Parts: sequence; C-alpha cells; structure tokens
Amino acid sequence: MSIMNLLGGIDSESTTNRRGAIARGGQLAAAAVPAGLAAFARRGFAASTSAATPTIVEVLNFALTLEYLEARYYIMGVDSGVISGRDSRIFTTIRDHEIEHREFLIGVLQSLGATPVSEPTFDFTAGGAFAPFSNYDTFKLLSQAFEDTGVRAYKGQLPNVQSNDTVLTAAATIHSVEGRHAAEVRRLRGEKGWIPFEDPLAPGAVHAVYDGEGNLVQLGVNVGAFEGAQAGTEAFDEPLTMAQVLAIASPFIVG
Amino acid sequence: MKLDNAGDAANRVLPPGFAATGDRRQFLKWSGAAAVLLAACDSAPTDSSPATPVFGAAKGGVSDGAAAVTINLSNDVGILNFAYALEQLEAAFYTMVVANQFKGGGTEEALVFSDIRKHEVIHREFFKAALGAAAIPKLSFDFSSINFRARGDVLGVALAFEELGVSAYNGAAQFISNTDYLVIAGKIVSVEARHASTIADLFRPNGKSFAPRAFDLARGFNEVLAIADPYIATAVTLTNVPS
Repeated sequence: MSIMNLLGGIDSESTTNRRGAIARGGQLAAAAVPAGLAAFARRGFAASTSAATPTIVEVLNFALTLEYLEARYYIMGVDSGVISGRDSRIFTTIRDHEIEHREFLIGVLQSLGATPVSEPTFDFTAGGAFAPFSNYDTFKLLSQAFEDTGVRAYKGQLPNVQSNDTVLTAAATIHSVEGRHAAEVRRLRGEKGWIPFEDPLAPGAVHAVYDGEGNLVQLGVNVGAFEGAQAGTEAFDEPLTMAQVLAIASPFIVG
Repeated sequence: MKLDNAGDAANRVLPPGFAATGDRRQFLKWSGAAAVLLAACDSAPTDSSPATPVFGAAKGGVSDGAAAVTINLSNDVGILNFAYALEQLEAAFYTMVVANQFKGGGTEEALVFSDIRKHEVIHREFFKAALGAAAIPKLSFDFSSINFRARGDVLGVALAFEELGVSAYNGAAQFISNTDYLVIAGKIVSVEARHASTIADLFRPNGKSFAPRAFDLARGFNEVLAIADPYIATAVTLTNVPS
C-alpha cells in the first residue's frame, strides 16, 4: 500500500468515522484515538467542531505528541541501520533536534504546572503497510510526510498560543526548524525543498499531508498572479488543524 | 571555487554566534531548566539600540527607490511594512543573482535560485498589494560589495539573507496583533526556512548546516535592520520599536 493511498484513504475514512462519533455524543472510538492521544484529541476534535480554542497546555501536549512521534521515528531509524552512509549525519541531526524539542516541551509544560502527556506506543509500519526500518526509500517517504505535517501542525497552532509571547516565540522557532528538516528530506528524495501545487508525493492526487497546499489567495490577494500558480503555492505554506494532523498521525499510534 | 574560501561574503553580514561555533551557545541557552529557557526566550527578541536609529544613510548605490523611509512599528501595518522592506531586499538580490548566473553551480542550484527569486518577488508583491496605500515606497539597494559571478559570494549572502528573514519573522511574531497577519507570517517564514535549509546545504553539504540548531533565532527589529543595512541605500528609520 502506498502512503498516498494510506494517508489519503485514512483521512477521508477517519474523518467520516469521527464526524459520526462526535455526532453520537463526542466520544471517539477507542480504536481511532489511543490513550496517549485521547485527552487532547477530544479537545482537538471538539475545537474543530465547536470553534472552542484549545488551551495553551493542550496545544503544548499536542505538539509534544508530534515530537514524541518524530523523535522515536528517527531514534529507531538511526538504530536500525536502514539509513545509507552519507545520509546518516542528516538524520542524526534531525533526530537530535526532535529530542531537544521533546525535552523542551516537557520542561515548558512542567514549568506551567501542567502534566506532560506520556509517550504513546508507535507502530511505524501502520499495521504492516510500511517497512521504514528495512526500506530506506520508505523511511525517507515517511520522514517527509512527518516533517511537512509538523510544519503545518505548528503553523496551525500559532493563533492558539498568540496570547503568550514566550510560548508563541518558542513555537515559531521550532516551526521554522521543522521547515528546514522538511526541505532537506524532500531534496534527498529528489523533490524541491518547497511544496508545489502538485502533490509532491502523488502527482494528481490529493491527500491528507498536502491537503490545502494549493491555496493561492492570501489576505484576498491572488498570489498566483505574479510569477505563476505553481510558484504562488510554493511561496506560502499552509496550516493544518489539530484534527487534520491527528488524522494523519493516528495510523502510527497504537496506544 | 573552493567552499572554504567562500565564506567572506557571509561573514560580512552574519552576526556573532551564527557560525558553527554558535550552535553550542544556542543549544545551551535552550537546554537548561524550563524557567530559564522561558526567561531567555522572553528576552531574545528585544532590542537595546536607540529608539530611532537611522540606517542606510549617506551611502552610494542604486538610486531607483526612495531616498528615505520611516517605518512606524507601533502597529501591524508597520510590522507588515518592515516585512515588505525585507522582501524587497531579497527580491532585488535574487533578481540580480538570476540575471548574472554564476558558473559551476549545477542544475539544481540554477533551479533553486530561479524558484527562490520567484518566491521572494511573490512575497514582495503580496505585501505591496495587501498594504495598498499604506505600503512604504520602493527602496534602493546597494549590492556593489557582492561579486555575483562568484558562487561562494552569492551562496554566502543568500544564506545570510534567508537566515535573517527567518529570524526576523520569528522575532516579529509576538508583536503582531491581528491573528490573520500572524498566520500569514507563519506561512511565509517556513518557506524562508526551506530556502535557508536548501542554500545552506548547497553551500556546506555536511549533514548539519541545513539546520544548524534545534531552535531558530528570533531577532528584534533594530538588530535585523542593522544586519541588512550594508545592502540598503535608502535611509530607513524605525520608530516606536516594540520590545
């Protein structure tokens, strides 16, 4: 199964399932959202459907879960030996950054008197669909998906931490580093470092990781009018909501 | 050209702490107790410069833009104009790069510079259109210190400008009031970070330069303008600089 089928398919399927679950009373199916995610996932989905704004702590725990995922992915990837020699420094660099982000967010949550969520159990095969730790191409593919999702996830939460200058600035300085990671991994895969209108993982298809990246209207300005539509989409990265991010991440989180 | 000989242009505009030896400092700044981190973070984007410094005054150079510009940073319009000024700088620089394509960069580099020029022109035109009558005029630039035929000069300055852009947007974020504008800044800064990553990796392909630290810098307005100043011929005055 290809990632575009998986992520694209799961996006639409799980969105449908969760809409149904929310409609039935706000309870998410246990299988869809594991324990580690459940606490803020409910809030996340609630926020996306009721316009309630997640708290700073909820945003930080959401970000922490993504950093747990990324850090564990690169720790396992580097340990597995799947990474070809000349690229190993790139992925140890990224791994070390994700570990720093993880530890930083834990520290911030504790400093706020909040309890950091614990690390979920991950299945980076997504139920057997992928073999990232024995197939290097797959490893890089999932890495790109995680990094571009990370950029979009942080971007989507900037408004929700705008009230706290310190957290906002910290989130912004992590957000741009995720953008650096994404560009490097994309280029390793022969892609451009930026996201063109065309789906970079599956030309012609739309799926969850890049859903909405084709937007050409920014503050009412058609940014495709200046240097063409493709460059117009490349010049602006688009945010994802918490719910969209959770739909992408959920297949890799088992408990 | 050997890469090792190519850093001079970058060093002219890179502030202390940017070079590889600065990684450790940045790491230490972020790796202590959370309270310390938060305090450090709080103070990171502040400026200690005089309230109304004048940059770019009395310099020769390109004169197709305004002689003097004042940017009032007391509100979002001023902050967007500050971003507009930076995007003008980047767009003008990459237009020169593409018009004077250096040799020896290979296929990807030519495509990268072509793409980045488009992105920065789009950012510039976007701000101009969004600001409308509130936009500052066109600025003049002075790139006479850059040898556009020298790959190392171009990559070094490009990297410095991209790093500057990333740190400027990150530093400005906390002073933006309108949430839509904050999101726009977020949409642009990650693209600038993608540029920085790509340029850095082309410049020094060592598996580390693309992301030299786990947390990017967040610079204050005066600091940003002081770094850009050698290339701006227009006299730019900042007023009501927030900190």
